[in-house]
Amino acid sequence: MSTFLGLPRAVDTSQLRGRPFPEAARAAVADPQLRRNLGDATATIRAKRARVVGEVPDWESLRAAGAAIKDHTLANLDSLLLQLEAAVTARGGTVHWARDSAEANRIVTELVRATGADEVVKVKSMATQEIGLNEALEAAGIAAWETDLAELIVQLGHDKPSHILVPAIHRNRAEIREIFLREMGAVGLPAPADLTDSPPALAEAARRHLRQKFLSARVAISGANFAVAATGTLSVVESEGNGRMCLTLPPTLITVMGIEKLVPTWQDLEVFLQLLPRSSTGERMNPYTSMWSGAVEGQDFHLVLLDNGRTAVLGDPSGRSALRCIRCSACLNVCPVYERTGGHAYGSVYPGPIGAVLSPQLTGPELNATLPYASSLCGACYDVCPVAIDIPTMLVHLRAQVPHPAPERAVMRAAAYAMGSPRRWAATRSASRAGRLLGGRRGRIRSLPPPLSGWTASRDLPVPPAEGFRDWWTRTHGSPPPATPPPAAGGDGAGAA
Amino acid sequence: MSARDEVLARIRLALGDRPTVPEIPRAYRRGGDLDEGARLDLFADRLVDYKAAVRRCAPADLLGTLVAALTDRGAARIVVPPGLPWDLPGAVVDDGLAATDIDRLDGVVTACAVAVAETGTIVLDAAADQGRRVITLVPDYHLCVVRADQVVQTVPEAVARLDPDRPLTWISGPSATSDIELKRVEGVHGPRTLEVVLVS
Repeated sequence: MSTFLGLPRAVDTSQLRGRPFPEAARAAVADPQLRRNLGDATATIRAKRARVVGEVPDWESLRAAGAAIKDHTLANLDSLLLQLEAAVTARGGTVHWARDSAEANRIVTELVRATGADEVVKVKSMATQEIGLNEALEAAGIAAWETDLAELIVQLGHDKPSHILVPAIHRNRAEIREIFLREMGAVGLPAPADLTDSPPALAEAARRHLRQKFLSARVAISGANFAVAATGTLSVVESEGNGRMCLTLPPTLITVMGIEKLVPTWQDLEVFLQLLPRSSTGERMNPYTSMWSGAVEGQDFHLVLLDNGRTAVLGDPSGRSALRCIRCSACLNVCPVYERTGGHAYGSVYPGPIGAVLSPQLTGPELNATLPYASSLCGACYDVCPVAIDIPTMLVHLRAQVPHPAPERAVMRAAAYAMGSPRRWAATRSASRAGRLLGGRRGRIRSLPPPLSGWTASRDLPVPPAEGFRDWWTRTHGSPPPATPPPAAGGDGAGAA
Repeated sequence: MSARDEVLARIRLALGDRPTVPEIPRAYRRGGDLDEGARLDLFADRLVDYKAAVRRCAPADLLGTLVAALTDRGAARIVVPPGLPWDLPGAVVDDGLAATDIDRLDGVVTACAVAVAETGTIVLDAAADQGRRVITLVPDYHLCVVRADQVVQTVPEAVARLDPDRPLTWISGPSATSDIELKRVEGVHGPRTLEVVLVS
């Protein structure tokens, strides 16, 4: 039961949609290097996560608490945001509100301009990627330097991130070495000419390249992993120390945060500081977490609260739990579809299972019509989600909302008609046996004529079996299977196999 | 309508179905069950697992242990927070040093606010014996003193002890990245060596 309230979706969807998924995925699965890079990386991180989650005796209790805290937050979002605003302001920070990406970009650009700086250092942030902040700053003559190693690789490679946590997961060490040698010199300290492709050497090159930027930067821009409404505390969870550099050194700090990143109380962090690191990097705790409440240690602090379609997601009772997401990326690493296509195929800064849900919700399903189908509905994403977002059920919910082409609707209507009575269904059995003729010797149908070609364009179809279940029953029992009453309406949805 | 009023109005419209939410179930562990010895052993173990170095000593041996650590490291000039209670050789007291000056020093010595055994984490809260966030960030070597009574077993115990109005830095091992083929590399932008002196 969904209610259309007419709340505005994200207006600028350039960072949230790309080519249709089947088209983009076809190119990705044909790239053996990409599949090898992705397969190795996701297998590694899946094993790490499973090990550190396995050593927490109360994991399911933490997960239930995490989901409930976020649901509480969403149900009281207006009053909690006002509480956050009051707490940040009382501690010397300034709070700004942005309806959409254009407004957020304008606010940040003006804040940077007011400092007189023409460059900024950035902590990896999904919110600023979502609004295309780097591009907006560049258009205003302000250079934005990404300082997370993976984001640096992506930026220097003139590339797009392909994973929420490890944006350069699709690149191997040899590719990274080439990018550093080719690009670093143009924007700062060049990579050493004798750079090898060992990960420590590459990390050292990034350290030297970025340190002079950290020490001279006057403005930093970050996202936030969590904000505590009661205390005005913002937090950034990271590994490399680039986050600490940005949050600590420049005299001006601007944080852009989606309005759903809130938790009500200080105590709530005790739940998420356990759920997030183990779910994302597979560590007991990430190397660095910074927390600050308002303006601290002489900094000028600005917080930009971003809607950009989130209130539209909130307006769908069947879909709003996607806003629980803490961007850990555990769902990407277990997804059989992500593992084969990589993140670029999703065409959005939010790839993988959560992206297949969140991107259409933020843009409106009609603008991302193929993403709800970019899933096998196997349920692995639900199992690993630290805040228990039922992604498979939401994908099915979204599939009902996206526009379907007329031939597909006709086929589905025909199928519903045939399955509606035992007599009509029996009549389809002889027809399906004719389908075996299409299969050839390998037993796979490689292409069907239109309108069914949409299905076979991106997959092979097994031929119908030589003998169906009902035929088998009749042959072995000597009489047709007994008629069963139709299933009761309703049912439990996700659990029904 | 201002952006603030409009976003708030949108939220109220979106929540028009007045969603009910259950009580937050706090059945997870809020405290530990280990005695002090086991807790400190676990902490030391988790630090080493994170590639931090650990020295353990009795309170009477602390100064000697710190000097030995600095000597072994070859750290001749170190930055220290103004409230550090130990008089160390080569100490430069931070009186608002520029980051570029701190960058030329060999390391930093601080105390801490709280430590978490299960995750191998130390937490700094910018008190006088820990100093500004920048001094534990820019130098390549961080030597941190942790007293036994500062070590709790679980994350919830640490959160309960901390004051959110202070700038907090949670540190678990040295700076690290896994961004290249998910191979862990210690030391990117923060200190590449973390050494903890555990006093009990």
